[in-house]
Amino acid sequence: MNQSAQRILNNPKFQELVAKRSAFAWTLSIAMLVIYFGFILLVAFGKSFLGTPIGSGVTTWGIPVGVFTIVSAFILTGIYVYRANGEFDELNRQILEESK
Amino acid sequence: MIRAATTRIAAPAAALAAMAGALVPASAYAAAVEGAVTKQATNWSAIIMFLIFVLLTLGITFWAARRTKSAKDFYAAGGGITGFQNGLAIAGDYMSAASFLGIAGLVYANGFDGLIFSVGWLVGWPIILFLIAERLRNLGKYTFADVASYRFQQTPIRTLSACGSLATVTFYLIAQMVGAGKLIQLLFGLDYLVAVIIVGVLMIGYVTFGGMLATTWVQIIKAVMLLSGASFMAFMILAKFGFSPEAMFKAAVDIHPKGLAIMSPGALISDPISAISLGMALMFGTAGLPHILMRFFTVADAKEARKSVFYATGFIGYFYILTFIIGFGAILMILAPDATGAYPFLTAAPAAGAKAVIANVIGGTNMAAIHTAHAVGGDLFYGFISAVAFATILAVVAGLTLAGASAVSHDLYASVFAKGRVNEADEIRVSKITTVVIGILSIVLGIAFENQNVAFMVGLAFVIAASANFPILLMSMFWNKMTTRGAVIGGTLGLVSAVTMLVLGPTVWKAVLGNPAALFPYDNPGLFSIIIAFVGIWFFSITDNSAQAQKERKDFEAQYIRSQTGLGAEGASAH
Repeated sequence: MNQSAQRILNNPKFQELVAKRSAFAWTLSIAMLVIYFGFILLVAFGKSFLGTPIGSGVTTWGIPVGVFTIVSAFILTGIYVYRANGEFDELNRQILEESK
Repeated sequence: MIRAATTRIAAPAAALAAMAGALVPASAYAAAVEGAVTKQATNWSAIIMFLIFVLLTLGITFWAARRTKSAKDFYAAGGGITGFQNGLAIAGDYMSAASFLGIAGLVYANGFDGLIFSVGWLVGWPIILFLIAERLRNLGKYTFADVASYRFQQTPIRTLSACGSLATVTFYLIAQMVGAGKLIQLLFGLDYLVAVIIVGVLMIGYVTFGGMLATTWVQIIKAVMLLSGASFMAFMILAKFGFSPEAMFKAAVDIHPKGLAIMSPGALISDPISAISLGMALMFGTAGLPHILMRFFTVADAKEARKSVFYATGFIGYFYILTFIIGFGAILMILAPDATGAYPFLTAAPAAGAKAVIANVIGGTNMAAIHTAHAVGGDLFYGFISAVAFATILAVVAGLTLAGASAVSHDLYASVFAKGRVNEADEIRVSKITTVVIGILSIVLGIAFENQNVAFMVGLAFVIAASANFPILLMSMFWNKMTTRGAVIGGTLGLVSAVTMLVLGPTVWKAVLGNPAALFPYDNPGLFSIIIAFVGIWFFSITDNSAQAQKERKDFEAQYIRSQTGLGAEGASAH
């Protein structure tokens, strides 16, 4: 391993970055999986709920639930990118700077 | 995986029955049209618009060719694509003719069930972002094998990755070529042979001359055309109902033979094992498709790679919501009489007092979106949407061809055969020769498979990507104890088990080969083959105590630091 890499490994900021970013990434991944497989399980076992009309119209609960699943994917990526491109990249920049 | 492989334009009733009973309709995977189709009258407005698209893209190819000099330019567009542009290109790779025509057709026939597919296609993207996008960008150069083989013995891993890539690309290409031929016959009134040759020749042109830069811009232009066209259709449909989805749903429920059932999940997903297996193949397959992974090397750094996925997820999600609206629009345009009381898009008008038959739509359910375009935008817009469908196939096959060519030139030729002792000019030459070979081969395969049932092939491509490419890629980045032996044996087990179970399953054994009963019960073997691959990698790695294995474990730390911080990562080209 070269010197820069060794310095990075010894830098507590690196451990902080990796710990924070991994925890964040896994939390969001699990959130996405719960939403998606929740939706699939509702489709498999909760057909009657998804087919229940909202109020007196014909629009069923399935429509907002499905659209929510799609929108949640976009929102979760947005949340990740916001924090990663700001806070994490700044920390990363400092780590690379200090490794020189 | 795809049981409804029987979708035939000539036999729409059979198609519909197969579709309703299937877990994955053929159309949701493969290019839109299957089986025998009748050649239509030559559609001049579509041909002229398509020619404009071709001229524009050839102009871009000419521009790109002058800027494509180094290997980095050829494989990765010099690393100079922005996150926004790459997001559009990724979305373009994903918004195939199949997802546009297929999902709209599915909504037209079944209503709500179409949404289940859209969701399944989309949710892989956030996972790709959170877990692999930036590591991939930090570690890789031109192909995903660069990442998978990072600290391992080059020859075995690159060979396996290249096989996985080529298998994925070949099956995907055959399905696209056959779909292209059929679709173009239907939309443009051109001969199947002519259509397949046009697609083959244009894609060779884009890739050999313009490399990744041209391939990316062709995809971006197509994505913008498709998003604009679909937005216009959804807008026109909603406008008819005063922008009230409730009013639109109400009108659709009144007219659809299935009535209120179109507003709730139907028979599409029957048992949870199938559902989860399909979900896993879609999610992890996306993260193992070589032509998609390659796009992450076209941006400058990890920051842009992240942005790409954010934009791509937004565009794809938006597009799927549009196709859902368009599917409901199709119900209203096709099954209801027009202003003169006629049913222009049905083969037979319904009897007095009866509801129209879904399957009577001219050209089959996959044509639902195209008819809707005709109804809301007239002849000119119909021509535009037809041209977009053609452009879509062209853009997707160009990306696939480039991914296949780079697996041969960068992984097999430069790394395995020449052991890295090769100059750039030779490597690019091999890549261009391979592009021409793949192009000619895909024309030949397109002709050979004209009357074959090929819809299962995209499913096969996804399962191979999910079971062979993805496990090696993921474990190499995340698991410090992985060794070459584990990767090769685990990846091979994933590949072999996926293909075997798919062939023995209902899709191929029963539907394609005509045997009475399938030997493997599920359409989609993803759940099983993915687990087999991971367990294989784990077991054959932990039991590997060779000196080489010790060294590979020790090298993980350096790889880990680069993957996390981008230290030493590939930058963008100077120009």
